[in-house]
Amino acid sequence: MYPANFHFTKEHEWVSVEGGIGVVGISDHAQKELGDIVYVDLPKVGAHLEQGKNLGSVESVKAVSDIYAPVSGEVVEVNPLLSTAPEKLNDDPHGDAWLVKIKLSSPDEIKSLLSAEDYQKYLGAE
Amino acid sequence: MTQPAPGLKATPLNAAHRKLGARMVDFGGWDMPVQYSGILEEHHAVRNSVGLFDVSHMGEIEIHGPDAFALIDSVTTNAVAKLNIGQAHYSGLLYEHGGFVDDILVHKVADDHYFICVNASNQEKDFEHIAKANKLNATVDFASDRYAQLAIQGPKGLATLQKLTATDLAPIQYYHFADGLVSGTPARIARTGYTGEDGFEIYIAPSEADRIWYEILDAGAEFGIKPCGLGARNTLRLESKMALYGHEIHASITPYEADLGWIVKLDKGDFTGKAALASQKQQGVTRKLAGFQMTGRGIGRDGYEVYVDGAPAGWVSSGGPSPTLGKNIGLCYLPSGKAKPGQQIQIMIRNQPVEAVTVPTPFYKRAK
Repeated sequence: MYPANFHFTKEHEWVSVEGGIGVVGISDHAQKELGDIVYVDLPKVGAHLEQGKNLGSVESVKAVSDIYAPVSGEVVEVNPLLSTAPEKLNDDPHGDAWLVKIKLSSPDEIKSLLSAEDYQKYLGAE
Repeated sequence: MTQPAPGLKATPLNAAHRKLGARMVDFGGWDMPVQYSGILEEHHAVRNSVGLFDVSHMGEIEIHGPDAFALIDSVTTNAVAKLNIGQAHYSGLLYEHGGFVDDILVHKVADDHYFICVNASNQEKDFEHIAKANKLNATVDFASDRYAQLAIQGPKGLATLQKLTATDLAPIQYYHFADGLVSGTPARIARTGYTGEDGFEIYIAPSEADRIWYEILDAGAEFGIKPCGLGARNTLRLESKMALYGHEIHASITPYEADLGWIVKLDKGDFTGKAALASQKQQGVTRKLAGFQMTGRGIGRDGYEVYVDGAPAGWVSSGGPSPTLGKNIGLCYLPSGKAKPGQQIQIMIRNQPVEAVTVPTPFYKRAK
């Protein structure tokens, strides 16, 4: 269920890295916990993000949840889909509904994240 | 998990909610379902067909005796003399200074018997407030333990509930009630609700709640009935601009400020808070509840600050997405002069001002 090439945070973000660019999203577990997602607030292209610091927020009908950057770097692309169709985050959180792409400034940070297998274990224990 | 969360109060339907896969939350000390299938789906079920809510956390207080009328009329804002037997009205229970102890529903069962439905988290406070005011020949009875309350709401609510009762529901008018049997058990059947939709609220013995809950779900199956949680209850009541205690109203808010002047009858006899309200009416209120709609990107939520002309002017009492309208809406307190529809306001969302405009309310009104 959780793709093997993804790296996860304990705050339920994921990142998959290819060629120094990390695609960032929230996990299927996170979207389920949030319920119907109605609004997504994301940074602009060019913004500098720091690992563990605020990236944006996702709002369900009921509540606002902060999203934290799983890795540091510069935002090079923001998913345009989510400003008009935030509900896609409920349908395809690991695919079409990625949040941002980040040009990694410290690729070693990936080592501090959870593998898909460890994330699954973490969810089981949470 | 099949047990209520430790330390929380549970309704007789707690196990049923868990069996149905509800997400449970701590709601003012009660272990309550916030959603089952999803807030949006549940919301639309009520607007388009029918939804079933467990509202057994709500409190009940009964007033009996020759002076039952005099007592209830002296502690509430609405004119109890106008109620016929079998009729209910929305009213305010106030402090002397005019702020809300609670907002309540008063049902007239008989000349010497009134049945009051109050908010869950206020029930003990309300009971003490009324009991303290009772210097008359009346008894004030804390009855919450004797009632479970279910709300069957939506255009198919009548057809659903009718299958389970011989009481003819169609003649019961809005804000009226009848005592009858629902699936063989004595029930107070009221055409009331907190959704802005047609529907019923029934009061039954807690021991019967579980059985009747499932029977209602069966009866409504052909209409696609959904069990609904507090999440949908909140979006539904917000669209209909129904006040929520702790948000639109509380101890330092008066009915006039909350745009609830229609439940205040200054021309009746004396009641707690009357002098303060009479004086406020004469002087005019300085702040007032207004509806707003977001025009910028973002959702103004409960507690967010509201700015007018670049300066802090008020706060959002309730705000969120409106599933029916597909817009982001809310209620806020503003200086009286700025509370008319068409006022440009800014809502501070994560330290950024986002544009909004005040609009007429209710946001949603059902077609009659």
